[in-house]
Amino acid sequence: MAPADVSSPRGGASLVYNPAIRSFVFQAVILIAIVGLAVWFVHNTAENLARLNIASGYGFLKNRAGFNVQTFLPYTPDDTYGYALLAGLVDTIIVSVLGIVIATVAGLIVGIARLSQNWLIRTLATVYVEIFRNIPPLLVIFFWYFAVIAALPEPRNAIQFGLDISLSNRGFYMPRPVFGPGFAWTIAAFVIGIAGAWALGRWGHRRQMATGQPFPSFRAGLGLLLLLTAIVFIATGAPLGFDIPVKTRFNLRGGMAVTPEFMSLLLALGIYTASFIAEIVRAGILSVSHGQTEAAHALGLRQGRTLHLVVLPQALRVIIPPLTSEFLNLTKNSSLAVAIGYADLVAIGGSVLNQTGQSVEVVLIWMVVYLGLSLITSFAMNRFNRRMALIER
Amino acid sequence: MSDIQAETDLFFVRERMVEQEPPPARNVGVLGWLRANLFATVPDAILTILGLVFVAWILPPIINWAFVHAQWTGGDRTACASNTAGACWAYVRDNLGQFIYGRYPPAQRWRVDLFFLLIAAGVVPMVIPSVPYKRLNTLYLMIGIPVISFFLLTGAFPGLTHVDTQLWGGLMLTIVVSIIGMVFSLPFGILLALGRRSQMPAVRIVSVAFIEIWRGVPLITVLFMASVMLPLFLPPGIDFNKLLRALIGVALFSAAYMAEIVRGGLQAVPRGQYEGAMALGLGYRHMMRLVVLPQALKIVIPGIVNNFIGLFKDTSLVYIIGLFELLGTVRQSFANPEWATSQTPATGLVFAALIFWIFCFGMSRYSIAIERRLHTGHKR
Repeated sequence: MAPADVSSPRGGASLVYNPAIRSFVFQAVILIAIVGLAVWFVHNTAENLARLNIASGYGFLKNRAGFNVQTFLPYTPDDTYGYALLAGLVDTIIVSVLGIVIATVAGLIVGIARLSQNWLIRTLATVYVEIFRNIPPLLVIFFWYFAVIAALPEPRNAIQFGLDISLSNRGFYMPRPVFGPGFAWTIAAFVIGIAGAWALGRWGHRRQMATGQPFPSFRAGLGLLLLLTAIVFIATGAPLGFDIPVKTRFNLRGGMAVTPEFMSLLLALGIYTASFIAEIVRAGILSVSHGQTEAAHALGLRQGRTLHLVVLPQALRVIIPPLTSEFLNLTKNSSLAVAIGYADLVAIGGSVLNQTGQSVEVVLIWMVVYLGLSLITSFAMNRFNRRMALIER
Repeated sequence: MSDIQAETDLFFVRERMVEQEPPPARNVGVLGWLRANLFATVPDAILTILGLVFVAWILPPIINWAFVHAQWTGGDRTACASNTAGACWAYVRDNLGQFIYGRYPPAQRWRVDLFFLLIAAGVVPMVIPSVPYKRLNTLYLMIGIPVISFFLLTGAFPGLTHVDTQLWGGLMLTIVVSIIGMVFSLPFGILLALGRRSQMPAVRIVSVAFIEIWRGVPLITVLFMASVMLPLFLPPGIDFNKLLRALIGVALFSAAYMAEIVRGGLQAVPRGQYEGAMALGLGYRHMMRLVVLPQALKIVIPGIVNNFIGLFKDTSLVYIIGLFELLGTVRQSFANPEWATSQTPATGLVFAALIFWIFCFGMSRYSIAIERRLHTGHKR
């Protein structure tokens, strides 16, 4: 709170003491200073760029990139800079979304485990949280990359998990599904199954609200989804094959591979962020008054259902806002990919920047993209938050 | 026969209290503790057994690796090359000087030691609650140490040899970057927080834009920006060193986070305090300096310490722009052929993790202790 506007005394006092005038002058000075600084920066930048013979503008995005990186989108060195940056953005989004899923699930489990009645479980969870909260994320990434995955056996002695899934220092290899012509029907059935399960859930909820009769929506929905998909899959003649990775002398060919870089980054981000999410979950659960738990027990709800029906819905209100900022942190930390060579937006942007010298443009792209990702995440989480928020009379 | 017995049918009336029975053996001692904490219910017992299996699976390999099979002595890689089952502590021992001082000239390392000592002299009395002169102590930490260490470490002081910042590295650089980041981000963050809550629209908009832009982008892009764009922003000919660029980036980045923490504190000061200060006739500056900020900053000390922990961990990123702080030095030493073995990376990283962990864990304990101390009387 700044001081409320005091109306100026009528006459007498000097204009210097008039709050309105003072605030106007102060703001004008600040604005002039900032605009002046900006103009000076732009002027210097233009001069420096002219001296270095770098054309400003986004024309370079259409030029051939030339460098080779491995991305999720199919990419070759003949593609343009613009496409390379897009591929980097896709990589950033993939690793962030998967990282958020892993971190949330692990964080929820560890957070609940930290409040367990069981001493051993509680202690294990505490040790986990205290170790990973106090180590830089970059170090965790390095640890997975240089110490764990690099120390795995060579592809020819890879650790086998059966079903042709193997883990070696070249990454995690598994059969790649090859979809036959009629597979679209199975996908359609899956989508319809999801819609059906959702509708079933809505109906069950409405019926429970109206009559008090519970309906096992989750189990029924899951059954509907799996059954429908399986029936259609078999009816269309199971149009699915597998491309199995084949061992060559030094490496594996074919199949689907998860690169060591991606694996290290994903595991590190998930594990590191989970330790923070665990603390958020714990604080959220502790914020629910103990009377709620006791009342739920008095109603005859068991431990699990108490947690699910009474404690967690209330805890979520406290959990969601800090959880959102953890998601944003994870997305921003995914830029650490550059240190181990996972081709995310920052890594590819760095290569583009080094090749073209278009630093201003690349940095602007970074800022716009990350701000955009932050805004989208915040928007989604705020919507979720509004749904969960306490609706008071 | 007493009268009571005569008047009633009671034949026995106890005149002494019954001695308290000891609790059942299964509810006390080791057995009781086990029952309450590990085997309370069947699912609980299953969880405990799973937990024990997990511990039995993970702990012995770690102990074997770190202690039993570890190689403690040796002059070069031959000591560890044959030993693939255990950590190569000999490598850490051999490179310890580099991990701590970077490439700082060995003959001048006493200056770094003195720098560490000066920090300890400021931090130790700061964290002990009963030591007086906290205000002076803070001034020493915020102004004294940066100024003294600048002269001490660069050698800008007559009589000291000049040490180029290119040679700085290791733990020392980690500490320099985090302290400078802290010292500059606190005042700047306070100004930004005040700006964000200002009634003047221009000031508010500028502050909000600054804070949100800086908080929205990853530190790496800020560091890239500081290293490639800062030189573009300045007139040709003005070129300053890489460390300074990184410091500017880190300080601005951290200031945006600090601003949000301080804003939380400003919001937590009750409105009555502002109104009381105004009623006393204090102007904005005096109101903030004498009434509001002392209370607001006190509330957010834990937040500031947590921000500092974040900053300390984030210093590891300056490695991306080619400065070798602790993690960067360790990472760089993997490539050293003198020590390249299969266990070198794991050993080096575990060592770096241990150092970071000790610092961060210590600070987080301090922040918890302060939180507890400030929480007088409101605890449920």
